[in-house]
Amino acid sequence: MRYLPLSDADRSEMLRVIGAGSIDELFRDVPEEARLSGPIEDLQMHASEMAVERHMTALSRKNMVAGDGAFFLGCGAYKHHIPASVDHIIQRGEFLTSYTPYQPEIAQGTLQMLFEFQTQVARLFGCEVANASMYDGSTAMWEAIVMGHRITRRNKTIISSGVHPHYVSVARTMAKFTEDNLQTSLPRLTAETDVESLIAAIDGETSAVVVQYPDILGRITDLAPIAEAAHAAGAILIAVVTEPVALGLIKSPGEMGADIVVGEGQSIGVGLQFGGPYVGLFATREKFVRQMPGRLAGETVDAEGKRGFVLTLSTREQHIRREKATSNICTNSGLCALAFSVHMTLLGEKGLRQLASLNHARACEAADRLADIPGVELVTNSFFNEFTLRLPVEARPAVHAMVEKGILGGVSLGRLYPGIEDLQNGLVVAVTEVVTDEDIGALEAALKEVCA
Amino acid sequence: MRVTVNPSGWRPSAPSNEQGEAQTTTGNRALMLEEPLIFEIDGGETTGVDFADMPQRATKLGGLERSRPIALPGLSEPEAVRHYTRLSRQNYAIDLGLFPLGSCTMKHNPRLNEKVARLPGFADVHPLQPQETVQGALQVINELAFWLLNLTGMHGVAMSPKAGAHGELCGLLCIRAALEARGDKREVVLVPESAHGTNPATAAFAGYRVENIPANAAGRVDLEALKARLGPDVAAVMITNPNTCGLFEPDMKAISDAVHAAGGFVYCDGANFNAIVGKVRPGDLGIDAMHINLHKTFSTPHGGGGPGSGPVVLSEALAPYGPIPYAAKYRDGSFKMVEEEHAGEEHPDGFGRMVAFHGQMGMFTRALAYILSHGADGLKQVAEDAVLNANYVLRSLEGVLDAPFAKSGPCMHEAIFSDRGFEGGVSTIDLAKALIDEGFHPMTMYFPLVVHGAMLVEPTETESKASLDQFIASVRSIAERAKAGDQSLKAAPIYAPRRRLDETLAARKPILTWRAPEPAQAAE
Repeated sequence: MRYLPLSDADRSEMLRVIGAGSIDELFRDVPEEARLSGPIEDLQMHASEMAVERHMTALSRKNMVAGDGAFFLGCGAYKHHIPASVDHIIQRGEFLTSYTPYQPEIAQGTLQMLFEFQTQVARLFGCEVANASMYDGSTAMWEAIVMGHRITRRNKTIISSGVHPHYVSVARTMAKFTEDNLQTSLPRLTAETDVESLIAAIDGETSAVVVQYPDILGRITDLAPIAEAAHAAGAILIAVVTEPVALGLIKSPGEMGADIVVGEGQSIGVGLQFGGPYVGLFATREKFVRQMPGRLAGETVDAEGKRGFVLTLSTREQHIRREKATSNICTNSGLCALAFSVHMTLLGEKGLRQLASLNHARACEAADRLADIPGVELVTNSFFNEFTLRLPVEARPAVHAMVEKGILGGVSLGRLYPGIEDLQNGLVVAVTEVVTDEDIGALEAALKEVCA
Repeated sequence: MRVTVNPSGWRPSAPSNEQGEAQTTTGNRALMLEEPLIFEIDGGETTGVDFADMPQRATKLGGLERSRPIALPGLSEPEAVRHYTRLSRQNYAIDLGLFPLGSCTMKHNPRLNEKVARLPGFADVHPLQPQETVQGALQVINELAFWLLNLTGMHGVAMSPKAGAHGELCGLLCIRAALEARGDKREVVLVPESAHGTNPATAAFAGYRVENIPANAAGRVDLEALKARLGPDVAAVMITNPNTCGLFEPDMKAISDAVHAAGGFVYCDGANFNAIVGKVRPGDLGIDAMHINLHKTFSTPHGGGGPGSGPVVLSEALAPYGPIPYAAKYRDGSFKMVEEEHAGEEHPDGFGRMVAFHGQMGMFTRALAYILSHGADGLKQVAEDAVLNANYVLRSLEGVLDAPFAKSGPCMHEAIFSDRGFEGGVSTIDLAKALIDEGFHPMTMYFPLVVHGAMLVEPTETESKASLDQFIASVRSIAERAKAGDQSLKAAPIYAPRRRLDETLAARKPILTWRAPEPAQAAE
């Protein structure tokens, strides 16, 4: 048992110091009938490092790896290249094996990093302040809705049909508790997102309008008119960004008037990992800072006047305010925030711009080629690195048929919106910098075949 | 008791006074380096990433091209690696020494777990890949779910919650769904004083009215007070067991029976499951829902505050009410992630999602590797050694520190002390900061609230006797100084990268993002 340092001699000596005759005496408050007498059912005895590694490797080989072939999946999780030094940094034991920075004098590494992360996120989103990471984009969106509720003291939220359906599902789940009134609708396979109907739905009871940018079909919409209409009615605008790389090339939501911008940070520094852990991004205006959920790192000085960083404004948090806290979040995604921040620092302004341009150029090229396939139509006329095709056949079986050829060809809208007839022929294709000419050629050939 | 402190005999030099202190031009002190912010190192258009040349073509961005710079600093790769490596050296970590945060649980993080989580078959798989291409990932989720159910004696598990507090929310949702299914609308959640701070926050966030239940003098739930409050308006009781005073609730079964008889459900905060894993199955105690913090019980790394992972195990009564998605195994040996809402008869009462995708897959692989590494014999030993270490600390320190519940019997995984007997205004925080100079991370301070000046020590099972002896000797020596009213403790820490930080200033005038200083702006 390689993880346990006590020897039997240590154990006897310690029991002697404690004054207990046996280890069972220490469990004497556990009623006899609640104690497990036999061994744990079905579980084998301890295993060597080699044996466990072998088992896990065998399981991992049953999966088709994104990096092994033509890969075009997006819809809230994106495959980008991560520089080798990002993983090197997050594996340093002083980052990997530290806890929440409750003792700031010996946690300046984590705290300074979080302060830098907050600044990067705020600038990227075009906001004044950001928090130090949330669980993921979907839960960050819900926290933003609840924050809107606190700011406006209203509880009707209008969610655009362009918002990721899983994000909407999370909000709907949570709204059952709070009895928030969420107005949602389904997307249609059109080039335009639902700006006019969103604006028309805003009234004096509206707390917030939630829009995704770029949206679930990949469309990019000017948020300024929505922000204006929301503000005129005393409501706020919440923008959701699931592909932050896009902001290297297009205007930030903050610039267009969004009051809260949340996002999924997975694209920058954090791998796909079958859905988690990811990192939620959350930024807002300075005047709303005390309504913001989650942790915040702030600048201060030490007893000698040197600059240092601490967790701050904790009077909003669960451990102090208990049932009056702004959220119940305790653990967040600190290590993923570090990965995001390191990757962003390596990119810098220039690198992010180049990465975004490369993504967009590749996606434009793929969209042109795929739209040339007979029967296939490009639905989205504005997009970043993800666009939607209308196929002449149902997309869900088409995706499975392409798997047979070793191609992961996109996300079928039928998977995201089961049972919605209008959307069954929709295929969302994501093209990032890792996609090669050969990959696009392979998708083109496969799609031709399944659409024929 | 004789203990050997620092057997190599090495001692740090005594702190010099301000006059005698050597100054360096950089502010650095040999291996202890000052590090500016990335914004202060920024070389403008510098980048640490090379890209292929860009093909020139028209964009399709809907006329929303960015017109203003973002102002993101970039560093070359060597500068970036150096920046973050220097920052890392200003962090304490479990890899460096004892991290006795009670109720937070920092134990050794095996590197095998990191290795398996990074296998491309787990790390480079998309959550929306067709299910036939992710059978191994689904098997991991299914296997881990099986062991969690087996170890807790429960019937269902929701794997997707992203952290312990998120699991609490999930558990309460399951309770609400079950109550609603029988047409029962209840409004109150009872939370004992000794519960984690997240519990009342969660219940309130979930739309329930929170009422506190006092602890009795022995640091446990007051069973009679609890029984007296139960009624048709109580949806659930949230209990932490072992509780935050480090004690097992021996009346747990009686509490469960009383809550069930009143038509409510029992939520158990499973943050402290590491104390009883392999020894007690919560399902046998009548618990209906309990989250398991994978980082606490199953050693997934906490990385400066997350990621966490908080699967929730459910009793037979609640199992049908869990969220989507969940992994199911079919007779032919294949696995399926059931992810559609209203998926017909398979899942008639599903209430939707807690998160966008499947939860913390990267943590599931680590936790599964840990369970398999320990096996049935090892997991039992984990709980026993965790409890043995905590009681060893309790008995070794109770003579010098006030231990309010030492008479209540053995503690479980953590031992609690108070600052009673400290003189001259010296308090818990001073002892904690002095421990930093001794090379230890302090224990949890001022929590739980039921103990004045609380100090909650959780050594965990991965500490050796020698490291505990060293810690005990340090605490003893500092406690003696505290009882003598030694004012020099108030200056601690002296050797940390920073002296005591002004947290009041940070909260009064929050500076949450970096802004260029005025002169630099003028120069632009």
